[in-house]
Amino acid sequence: MNYRINTSSTPLFSSRLIAVASIALPVLLGLASCGKKSTSGKTGGSHTLLNVSYDPTREFYAEVNQAFAKQWERDHGDKPDIKQSHGGSGKQARAVIDGLEADVVTLALAGDIDSVAKRGLLPADWATKLPNNSAPYTSTIVFVVRKGNPKAVKDWSDLVRDGIQVITPNPKTSGGARWNYLAAWAWAEKQFAGDPAKVRDYIGRLLRNVPVLDSGARAATTTFAQRGIGDVFLSWENEAYLIEKEFPGKTEIIYPSLSILAEPPVAVVEANAAKHGTTALAQAYLEFLYTDEAQALAAKHFYRPRNSKQQSKLPALELVTVDEKFGGWAQAQKTHFADGGSFDQIYGTK
Amino acid sequence: MSHSEVTTESRAVRVLLITAAGGVVTLFLLLPLMAVFIEALRKGWEVFFEALRDEAALSAVKLTLTAAAISVPMNTLFGVAAAWAVTKFRFKGRALLISLIDLPFAVSPVIAGLVWVLLFGSQGWFGEWLEKYDLKIIFALPGIVIATAFVTFPFVARELIPLMESQGSDQEEAAVTLGAGGWKIFWRVTVPNIKWGLLYGILLCNARAMGEFGAVSVVSGHIRGETNTLPLHVEVLYNEYQFSAAFACATLLALLALVTLGIKSAIEHFTGHVANGH
Amino acid sequence: MSKRRVIPGFGLSLGFTVIYLSLLILIPLAALFLKAAGVGWRGWLELLTNERVLAAAKLTFGASACAAALSTVTGLLVTWVLVRYRFPGRRLMDAMIDLPFALPTAVAGITLTAIYAPNGWIGAYLDRIGIKAAYSPLGIFLALTFIGFPFVVRTMQPVLEDFTRDTEEAAATLGAGRWTTFRRVVLPALMPALITGFTLAFARAIGEYGSVIFISGNLPYKTEILPLLIVSKLEEFNVPAAAVIASGMLIISFALLFCINLLQRWLNWQPR
Repeated sequence: MNYRINTSSTPLFSSRLIAVASIALPVLLGLASCGKKSTSGKTGGSHTLLNVSYDPTREFYAEVNQAFAKQWERDHGDKPDIKQSHGGSGKQARAVIDGLEADVVTLALAGDIDSVAKRGLLPADWATKLPNNSAPYTSTIVFVVRKGNPKAVKDWSDLVRDGIQVITPNPKTSGGARWNYLAAWAWAEKQFAGDPAKVRDYIGRLLRNVPVLDSGARAATTTFAQRGIGDVFLSWENEAYLIEKEFPGKTEIIYPSLSILAEPPVAVVEANAAKHGTTALAQAYLEFLYTDEAQALAAKHFYRPRNSKQQSKLPALELVTVDEKFGGWAQAQKTHFADGGSFDQIYGTK
Repeated sequence: MSHSEVTTESRAVRVLLITAAGGVVTLFLLLPLMAVFIEALRKGWEVFFEALRDEAALSAVKLTLTAAAISVPMNTLFGVAAAWAVTKFRFKGRALLISLIDLPFAVSPVIAGLVWVLLFGSQGWFGEWLEKYDLKIIFALPGIVIATAFVTFPFVARELIPLMESQGSDQEEAAVTLGAGGWKIFWRVTVPNIKWGLLYGILLCNARAMGEFGAVSVVSGHIRGETNTLPLHVEVLYNEYQFSAAFACATLLALLALVTLGIKSAIEHFTGHVANGH
Repeated sequence: MSKRRVIPGFGLSLGFTVIYLSLLILIPLAALFLKAAGVGWRGWLELLTNERVLAAAKLTFGASACAAALSTVTGLLVTWVLVRYRFPGRRLMDAMIDLPFALPTAVAGITLTAIYAPNGWIGAYLDRIGIKAAYSPLGIFLALTFIGFPFVVRTMQPVLEDFTRDTEEAAATLGAGRWTTFRRVVLPALMPALITGFTLAFARAIGEYGSVIFISGNLPYKTEILPLLIVSKLEEFNVPAAAVIASGMLIISFALLFCINLLQRWLNWQPR
């Protein structure tokens, strides 16, 4: 411990530092350039299409992609490679805004595509580019209850009874949950003749009956179907039928007296498609969704097809739309789900 | 056992402690592990192997291995350098530096992903520049590598610092008096002393790198067969209600823990290392 | 102090450490803080003192501290047994320790929920005696204990393995019993590693997201953790708010880490 030695190593300090810096920088640049290779090789080709979508559409698009690829190959002689990415709708929109190079987006709400449009990746009037507000299929919100409906849940009014547990994902993080929230709101407005205090009271009581607020629609499904939590699950209609298929004999679907018309929209992300040279392919892909073949697939996966030739077996019920009831998605988002919106207020006053 | 009786406990105490430790490990670790395997095999071996042979699963495995193969050596190099700097020398800001090394542990994986988006996303600091040269960092392999490196950053350093601290610098100092150079001291004196800690550190770093979920999830883009790592693939399968397939892929990651132990034992065997005191 | 500089490599090792740390950690975090600074001082404070954020912060830090404490105590026990005793199944036990690292946190969350949910293996028994494990703060605590456990064991293991028994023998020849020897000789020597283990488990628990969101129930004011709030803000496209909460979280975490490291330094300087 007490040796005192002079070594000649100290002057090396600065030159070593420079040496290290000159090693570290090329490593980072090398990393970046290997990223370049991977894009030009894989997503840059004109026959690869990236469809960024939301959670419950996995099974549907898996079949659509196959059917479309077959048709395109028949007409053009080469088979396109369609890649899928799924996740929460808001999260997916955020990824596209931050640089995920989607050629087409097929999301849960128009509001999410609006956010992408705000970044200039597609024109603000994207919804007019395809028929039916660019929503090739629709869906709605229904109740899923335990087999035999032991708590006798029939309509929205039953959800606020004492001892009823309602499962819904968090509207802040899940697109589907926003539809749930708006459907409940629309019913309450009708029920209480638009009395705002009563509507808020109803929503507050409904939220108090929610024991678990999952971050996504599929996580909420698991909580309800697999963990056995809750009496009623507010769900996408197509998910409700999927649950019956995945967990046979355990659940039942209840149609409330009124619900909301959910229009999940699709759009070409024009800036990305132009960059990849896939504009024609992307356009054809989305137009394909309106063909009889794709509409039949939509019906098969329990969406409500637009094409009247495809009579869906799903029961009719009174449906309100976001545009007529809530003044469009931008307005609904601001009033209800943004910071300090009705959801925050009602949860905060509890 | 060669060590004397005075440095161990009575048989009763030993049995009691072993039982207690066994109980803790069973409750907290063995039970979840068993649950994973039981869920994975619920639908039989056929579904199990099919899940692993699936093309998307294979590409996820490949991506996970690639990301770990780049980020773990980077962090190992850093860990050794950092441990050397903070344990062999006393300098101003040393405590601050040690805290900074720990910092990534305290950074939520969510934030660890977010920061790269803030830097390299198309609205980020370098977004425009990257777009101009058509360079891709997030939503591609480099993003996954740097997010993984961020999360596993402190592992090797954190393993080595307490170890080298407790060993002191006497041996290195003695080597200097004998005229040995820096690299020679490092390889001949320090490495043999720290090799077990170093190995633990690398193994931990690797296990964590392959299992990382949150941060990678933010920067991956979830493109099936392309930017999904194994943990992300597990989530995808789970969300498709393919529970057995999801857990089958999860068993791969659970087996990783067992494989790393195998490697550790093999190295111990070949180098003839015998733990202290027996 | 200066005589410690006889060992070469100061410039190289410190230079590399600082550069790598800056590129990979500091610059990205600086980007985060700059983003947070965009809302101004008042906006920053207002967002952080929001009642819901405070409730989440209390839960996050409280549950993390409790979980790290439990991890430390059980971790010390398991490490001691692993290093000092030979028994059947020791290797298996050793292998199990890394499991929480290797298991993706989402899988851990799903699995733990399956075990502790009211219809789960253990949850069913707990439910019968009126304890709600999953979907409560207790569930968060359990998940965080699981996550933090290996940090404690793997930090202490190498130190205990390298710990020579000479001092213990000396203590024994001086007539000290095993318990006294452990308390007076072994424990103080293990203290730095023990504190490091606690700190790592604690720090890791604060940021944990993947496993907690499955088991917690995510109810605002009750079982909502800070990282979930950050994700919520992100999905609302409110990046500045996310950055503000993240920066607040980082400042507290960093202050805690710094204090614990100071404590450790002080312990290291105590005469052995």
